Amino acid sequence: MPVYSAKVMEHFTNPRNVGEIENPDGIGEEGNPVCGDMMTFYIKVKDNRLDDVKFKTFGCGAAIAVSSMVSEMAKGKTIEEALKITPQLVADELEGLPKQKFHCSNLGAQALHKAIEDYLSKKKGGTH
Amino acid sequence: MKVYFDNAATTPLLPEVRDAMLPFLGEAFGNPSSLHDWGDAARMDVDKAREQVARLIGATKPEEVIFTSCGTESNNFAIKGIALAQQSKGKHIIISAVEHFSVLHSARTMEKLGFELTLVPVDKYGVVDPDDIRKNIRKDTILVSVMHANGEVGTIEPIKEIGKITRENNIVFHTDAVATAGYIPIDVKELGVDALSLAGSQFYGPKGSGALWMRRGVRIMPLLDGGTQEGGRRAGTENVPAIVGLGKAAELAMADMAARAEHLTFLRDRLLNEMPSKVDHVVVTGHPTNRVPWNASFTVEFIEGESMLMMLNAKGVAVSSGSACTSKALKASHVLIAMCLSHELSQGSLLFGIGIDNKPEDVDYVLEEMPPIVDRLRQMSPLYSKFVKASKGGK
Ligand code: FES
Repeated sequence: MPVYSAKVMEHFTNPRNVGEIENPDGIGEEGNPVCGDMMTFYIKVKDNRLDDVKFKTFGCGAAIAVSSMVSEMAKGKTIEEALKITPQLVADELEGLPKQKFHCSNLGAQALHKAIEDYLSKKKGGTH
Repeated sequence: MKVYFDNAATTPLLPEVRDAMLPFLGEAFGNPSSLHDWGDAARMDVDKAREQVARLIGATKPEEVIFTSCGTESNNFAIKGIALAQQSKGKHIIISAVEHFSVLHSARTMEKLGFELTLVPVDKYGVVDPDDIRKNIRKDTILVSVMHANGEVGTIEPIKEIGKITRENNIVFHTDAVATAGYIPIDVKELGVDALSLAGSQFYGPKGSGALWMRRGVRIMPLLDGGTQEGGRRAGTENVPAIVGLGKAAELAMADMAARAEHLTFLRDRLLNEMPSKVDHVVVTGHPTNRVPWNASFTVEFIEGESMLMMLNAKGVAVSSGSACTSKALKASHVLIAMCLSHELSQGSLLFGIGIDNKPEDVDYVLEEMPPIVDRLRQMSPLYSKFVKASKGGK
């Protein structure tokens, strides 16, 4: 088992915002090209802010901690702010990730961004 | 509660083995090659260990046992040393697709040096078909290596049948017996092998101990050149404490084999039979019955091995996994892939390496702790929610 920071272990043990949102405003699904794992983010948007963020993750301990952290970081942020969440920021907030697990933090930020893009394209596309 | 179920990684040192080793970490420090009392004392015990190891594998000539530093060295030595010594006859090597990396990567190295390599496939249980060996034999085939049993999934391979084929064709046959030595009876003559690897750290001996048995007459090129230790086949001052420990572990394994096997098989079968009834969507990997007594391996659908390991560890349980996320290379176990498990299934791999110290209560505890862990992870898994939705939609 890789050596994880206390913060990673804490988020892994008590992940925040696990689940799905019914009728979400955006869904982002991302596969991990390195190990083949998967993350799905759901967002609810109100007045240009991420009112609710939930996730589901199939992956390692780091992937679960990353998704939990991303959801926490994104919640309450404006769309523009949330789009600025980078894998590096996520890893920093988690007090670092083992080198071979850094790719898992890409997965989190990408899945969130995809959910936002999904929301934006739906908004452009019409009423719902 | 603390439960060590990772005897696939390594076994603890038996107190009797440690006691046998202790003098050689103290006053009995002599070099077995030296011509005085100190040397004699060490040499006598090295020779005794050689006999003990020979007996464990049914070898009649102790001098056919070469001590090494571990199973990996034994396998490297066998593949590279035999291939190099036989290359005037040909340069084709056959191994199975589920060999340990120390065999597989050694064979790959020989490929880089101009040898040709054929990997024979396995069926869904991980079993090699001897016919596939036969079909792949060529005029220039010089070495076949198939493991006695696979440590990751426990499956025992048809070594005797393969041995018949290699003998008919006059090809050197090596088997990696790291997963079986000390656990099931081994008779090198009956198996029809020419070389066999084993490791002390897998059957209650010390780490840093191993052996390669080589039938007399089989040529091998040393990997370590120097003095004439080990009959000139492996130079270097003997690691006397480790060798003595390996010998003692072999003697104890030989004496207790039936009782140990009965105990391990009982615990193994409880895990294999009861886990799938406690947890939905669990598949036993490896052969259902023809497997080593200490191995119970599964894949748990829709979730990943490392996260299971971490949750089990938080409950005091040590196991291992062949998932991509648990490997440093981030690749799914080549063994599971060779058995045609999907990538998703191989991600849920879980391996219980049962030890002689484990008790029925350990199995009870694990069977009790597993369902809530699997449940929690499935609640987080997008694959599981997809599966649930699809099966609901189907109704
Ligand atoms: S999700 Fe596979 S290594 Fe992190």
